[in-house]
Amino acid sequence: MAVSVDEAVSTGPARDHTPPARRLGGRGRSVLEVALLTVLAVVMLFPVLWMIETSIKENRDVYAIPAKFFDFKVTLDHYKDVFVAPDGGRSALSVSFLNSVVVAGASTVLATVLGVPAAWAYSRFAVKAKKDQLFFILSTRFMPPVVVVVPIFLMYRQVGLIDNKLGLILIYTAFNVPFTIWMMKGFVDEVPAEYEDAAMLDGYTRLQAFRRFTLPLLVPGIAATAVFALIFSWNEFVFATFLTSSDSVRTAPPAIAGLIGGTTTDWGLVAAASVVFALPVLVFAYLVRKHLIAGVTLGAVRR
Amino acid sequence: MGTVAVQGLCKSFGKVQALDGVTLDVPDGSFFVVLGPSGAGKTTTLRAIAGLEKLDAGSVHLDGRDATGDTPAARDLAMVFQSYALYPRHTVYENIASPLRARRCSSSEIAAAVEQMSSLLHIERLLQRRPAQLSGGEMQRVALARALVRRPRAFLMDEPLTNLDLKLRVEMRTELTRIHRSLGATFVYVTNDQVEALSMADQVAVLKEGKVQQVGTPTEVYERPANQWVAGFVGSPPISLLACHAEGDRLVGAEGWTLPRPRWTTAEDGRALLLGLRAEDLSVEQRGSASLSGELYGLEPLGDRTVVDVRVGTQILKVKARPTVTGTPGERLLVTVDLDRAHLFDAGTGLSLSEAGR
Repeated sequence: MAVSVDEAVSTGPARDHTPPARRLGGRGRSVLEVALLTVLAVVMLFPVLWMIETSIKENRDVYAIPAKFFDFKVTLDHYKDVFVAPDGGRSALSVSFLNSVVVAGASTVLATVLGVPAAWAYSRFAVKAKKDQLFFILSTRFMPPVVVVVPIFLMYRQVGLIDNKLGLILIYTAFNVPFTIWMMKGFVDEVPAEYEDAAMLDGYTRLQAFRRFTLPLLVPGIAATAVFALIFSWNEFVFATFLTSSDSVRTAPPAIAGLIGGTTTDWGLVAAASVVFALPVLVFAYLVRKHLIAGVTLGAVRR
Repeated sequence: MGTVAVQGLCKSFGKVQALDGVTLDVPDGSFFVVLGPSGAGKTTTLRAIAGLEKLDAGSVHLDGRDATGDTPAARDLAMVFQSYALYPRHTVYENIASPLRARRCSSSEIAAAVEQMSSLLHIERLLQRRPAQLSGGEMQRVALARALVRRPRAFLMDEPLTNLDLKLRVEMRTELTRIHRSLGATFVYVTNDQVEALSMADQVAVLKEGKVQQVGTPTEVYERPANQWVAGFVGSPPISLLACHAEGDRLVGAEGWTLPRPRWTTAEDGRALLLGLRAEDLSVEQRGSASLSGELYGLEPLGDRTVVDVRVGTQILKVKARPTVTGTPGERLLVTVDLDRAHLFDAGTGLSLSEAGR
């Protein structure tokens, strides 16, 4: 994403024309490089591996000292516990997963529906103090969410949005809209305004021109932007912790965190819940990996 | 009917004044060319007519009716963009059909109109392709077909031939003229290519820095440029301009040369003037009473003719000569001037002084 305001507001997309830097030590990777990458990979992946291992170990193997890396009995009981309560009904965790889906999904849809037309407007129209407005929009993301959690809590208490899914949806939307506007503006800038000009001369209104000719070209950008918004809402922890309390409203991050503590902690259940929680984001990121890198490429305008 | 009249168009982009009081009158059925260098405001003028640009001041009248506030759709115009602006997700067929779809024509009407247009422009075999699969010339034809598929009040064309190679450009020039004649419709055509302007236009408006410099037939603009700038912009090789002043019955150049004072000029003695001489009104082969002495600076053989550069004092005169002309640089030679066809401009204002006496 663009970093400076000037760059992002400029009319043309700034492209990087510098040639890729040549790799140290010629073609192959140097021993040092491989060593460093290996260390990095181990540091990054060990917790993930440990989480997956823990989720399929029996409880006594989880606490075994020395730790068992390979020599343990595989069980899927923890995964069953994630979804099914001890009494056979739905578990509180599975409800929280459902809440996460609803909250993250709704806030992403809302942010996209609000942000895409706004981005289009900022890209296409001469808006007064456009740069200042865009900077203001971006500035709402400058401070860490935890700074505003208390004021938000007090306001929400006044209007009855505490422990309410709608409250979470609104706050996540508020965080995602600026991001959506900024990212989508880049994509809209890439689509030549002439398509809309031509469509208007064909006899369409401005909105029809946008809907029929520009919007279809924005679909890859919208997909990429929506996934980022989804990931934010899915992973959000601070607001979810402060603004919700009951099991029926709580989203997955605070629900999983709530498993830790008390007299004993069922680490197998924590690990299994974490794996289940991590999967959707990984799958989405994988599905849109091309869009995350590539912008929209078009072929019909000679520049 | 299809008259386009714009009055006092003003438009600025930030600090840049793109249009500064542009007034044009396009008669019904004419091929009207707006000519100017890049940045002159040609495209902005066209976009203002189309309703794509919000104006700071001025009005647009279509068929005598004020259309200044109308949406592009309501103006009933068609436009060919310089970039062609073909819809990338649509087939050629759908691109051409788009203006008809927007106006809710029946699909049988659309099919008939698209078929007619595609055969007129020889693009029948491209109908199922997408713009990315077309060459530049093909895209240009599709863009033209999309505009011509309707019968709007007027056609607006924004440098439609600029992106084509030279051979295709010459072909399309003829074809556009033919289409214009067969339709009898009003064309407003923007270009920076004076050859296009002179060869295709009924009327030419020369634009510079958002101001209209001159409006007239191609012959008028070429033969009687309103000012020094138009004289320099229209014509290739460019007109040679020599600083001089009148002294009795002679013109005395800043470089010391003298020529008989043309009969038609009324400029008073001593006024700073610019003498404009077109390459074809100069000769290195004939002998005449009015001549300038200079030295050969260089030869530019162009096949059908050779342009001889002659240095007179510190200035270079461009002289059109037969392709067989030879010479070595530095050689002294005499340039005969056809003073009846020369132009005089006020050196201060740049305005032509030739009109009054002719």
